[in-house]
Amino acid sequence: MFDLRDLYQEVILDHNKRPRNFGQLEEPECSAEGYNPLCGDKLTVHLGLKGDVICEVAFTGSGCAISKASASLMTESVKGKTLAEVRTLSARFQAMVTADAEIEPDTDALGKLSVFAGVRAYPARVKCAVLAWHTLRAAIEVDNKVATTE
Amino acid sequence: MSQAPASTAAQSRFDVARVRRDFPILDREVRGRRLAYLDNAATTQKPKVVLDVLTRYYTEHNANIHRGVHYLSEVATQAHEAARLTAQRFLNARQTREVIFTRNATEGINLVAQSFGHRYIGKGDEIVITGMEHHSNIVPWQLLCEQTGALLRVVPITDDGELILEEFERLVGPHTKLVAVVHLSNSLGTVNPVARLVELAHQHGAAVLIDGAQAAYHFPVDVQALDCDFYVATGHKLYGPTGIGLLYGKAERLEEMPPYQGGGDMISSVTFEKTTYNEIPYKFEAGTPHIAGAIGLGAAIDYLTGLGFDQVALHERELLAYATDALQQIPGLKLIGTASEKASILSFVMEGIHPHDIGTIVDQEGVAIRTGHHCTQPVMDRFGIPATARASLAMYNTRQDIDALVVALEQVRRVFA
Repeated sequence: MFDLRDLYQEVILDHNKRPRNFGQLEEPECSAEGYNPLCGDKLTVHLGLKGDVICEVAFTGSGCAISKASASLMTESVKGKTLAEVRTLSARFQAMVTADAEIEPDTDALGKLSVFAGVRAYPARVKCAVLAWHTLRAAIEVDNKVATTE
Repeated sequence: MSQAPASTAAQSRFDVARVRRDFPILDREVRGRRLAYLDNAATTQKPKVVLDVLTRYYTEHNANIHRGVHYLSEVATQAHEAARLTAQRFLNARQTREVIFTRNATEGINLVAQSFGHRYIGKGDEIVITGMEHHSNIVPWQLLCEQTGALLRVVPITDDGELILEEFERLVGPHTKLVAVVHLSNSLGTVNPVARLVELAHQHGAAVLIDGAQAAYHFPVDVQALDCDFYVATGHKLYGPTGIGLLYGKAERLEEMPPYQGGGDMISSVTFEKTTYNEIPYKFEAGTPHIAGAIGLGAAIDYLTGLGFDQVALHERELLAYATDALQQIPGLKLIGTASEKASILSFVMEGIHPHDIGTIVDQEGVAIRTGHHCTQPVMDRFGIPATARASLAMYNTRQDIDALVVALEQVRRVFA
């Protein structure tokens, strides 16, 4: 029997209520907008780079608890990482939220991000969790493009 | 009738417990809970009589219709055309040839936009819609405007979700060729004064299409009394199958209009030099239609009218009042759509909680509601919100369903406390 707390974990509720790195960067080097047409979730991710290291990251926008907390936790986990590391992390996150329920999340590699493993029980909500990551990838790969989850 | 029936203190004689027994799906559990199905504006559940008619058609009568000389084809043709007669009486159209079977309400609107539109609407002409239309009553007109150079005018709505009648009167004028307006708003629940709107539009010689996708299963519709030129409805909200819809059009309009799609059944004769078209309604029904769907829709309409449609409407009206009162007791909950004339729809937002989180949590309690923009993004923009949660009622809903929703919403508040 499913428990709602598997999805709405304390960490997620906390980041929803008090999103970290929420706001604009003064001079972002790249940014991208993400849009989830299903939910109407919209967010923009702003990045500052030093070489190929993400030195600053912030996001703006509105969305459900899952998408907002995902964006907030993502900003915390990518700061100080190289673009190559971020790509790997993004792929791991995507794999975790779409994996079969019995596969344990790789908590060593994913850290706090593994709280989103509960999303797997809710196919309709996976898009909410990955929106921020899609948007981040769009900002890195093709600056100033719009990402969507469709 | 252009309005929902007047409220009355009299207790409904409608036997909802008996009606519920006619809908097999209502018995099932969802996530270990009693199902409270409150997503009727998206689609309604089907009574057993409809399911039985579909099975009987495919097991006993399946054949293609029209022009068949064999027995099964005759039976299938008769059943298909009997469904048209049922639909004609249901909408109170003058003649059966004024009723066209479509896939859904959307296709009915597209048919009118492309057929009527290309015949009568040109550069600089105006099409008037309202700020509460479903995307299906916006986009077909935008396409037509792109194709012809016509202009789209939008009548604004109030904070309660009511049409601003003065603006309607101001926007409809000598350049208006067509007015397309929703009867019952799917995201606000507003019932528009469509008879009055038709009268105003006709004063300027404009044709009127009414989108009755939501209205037709909540209260009786009389297209002659409304005097509208076109009325669209959809089967799957009328307790019938998906993939079947109705387009009513005044015969004199339909006869003047060119075909929408070409193909079999819509012709009288075909040569490579010249094709002549069939008479209405067949001119607009190219290809093998959804025969089972039409027959199933006929059965659904018979079921609904057999219960006494006025009684159904009264039951739903009482339940809407109960639900409105119950939801307003919930702290931080705000209803979106508070028109004085409403039916069946309760759209709402909760402070600090996104509608999608509401939807996921109440689903755990067996309560099915819809969350999102409900294909009315301009309405969301008008109210400055990304989405709403929407509970929508049908004849089989009870106070128990509403109570389950209220309990589930309390759970939502606990999770986000």
